[in-house]
Amino acid sequence: MSVGLFFGCEKMVDMNYIDDTLIAKLYGEIDHHIAPSIRNKIDSECETYRPRVLVLDFEGVTFMDSSGIGLIMGRYREISLLGGRLEVTNIPPYLERIVALSGIGNLGVLK
Amino acid sequence: MNTVNEMKLQFISKSTNESFARSAVSAFVLPLDPTISELADIKTAVSEAVTNCIVHAYPDTLGIIYIDAKITDSNKVIIKIKDKGVGIENIEKALEPLYTTSNGERAGLGFAVMQSFMDNVKVRSTLNKGTSVTLEKSIIKVNYDKR
Repeated sequence: MSVGLFFGCEKMVDMNYIDDTLIAKLYGEIDHHIAPSIRNKIDSECETYRPRVLVLDFEGVTFMDSSGIGLIMGRYREISLLGGRLEVTNIPPYLERIVALSGIGNLGVLK
Repeated sequence: MNTVNEMKLQFISKSTNESFARSAVSAFVLPLDPTISELADIKTAVSEAVTNCIVHAYPDTLGIIYIDAKITDSNKVIIKIKDKGVGIENIEKALEPLYTTSNGERAGLGFAVMQSFMDNVKVRSTLNKGTSVTLEKSIIKVNYDKR
């Protein structure tokens, strides 16, 4: 089943649980204002489903500052505590620079 | 180096204004015909600086954030983001990547992003008086054929 979270009329995250994998498709702009709502949504779904793999899909993200990096690092910590692992997918070319700068590649989560 | 255009903004330190601030600066810079990547760099740096004001300068209160943006005749953008908040105790420490005084989910990368995405970053701060961050970036001129 898919559950969406909206900011105004804009969609921020769509969650899908299939075969032990929880996929969070992210949309729009991720900053310090938006990140907490996305975080709460993902964490509560993780608590419910206890997935083996949490996927953060960035294909629909149009802008992200370091709050997005905090969001990834925080979910890495949370899912590890629950015994699962994190995968970060579809980073658009314009976000590659901030992702490289953050060093999250060293966590082995980038697919 | 002469200023050919200038704009000033003031807004309260509500996090909903982060997107307003970076969009406004981005719209101001647009006549220079920046590339998508140059524009994304500026938006990201402004977002980091404004977020710092909201999270650190005015931690338990709402204050005013001031932006003064200039365009020079050499196609340089100079953006000053200022607050009258608590100030930074140790600027050197604050500029270190991964260093954060925030216990929320902050990555500690704000200044590292500004330094990496802009040509020049200046930070001035006085405790209990406020902080100003000046971001500079030259936009590469595109020579179109005369039509």
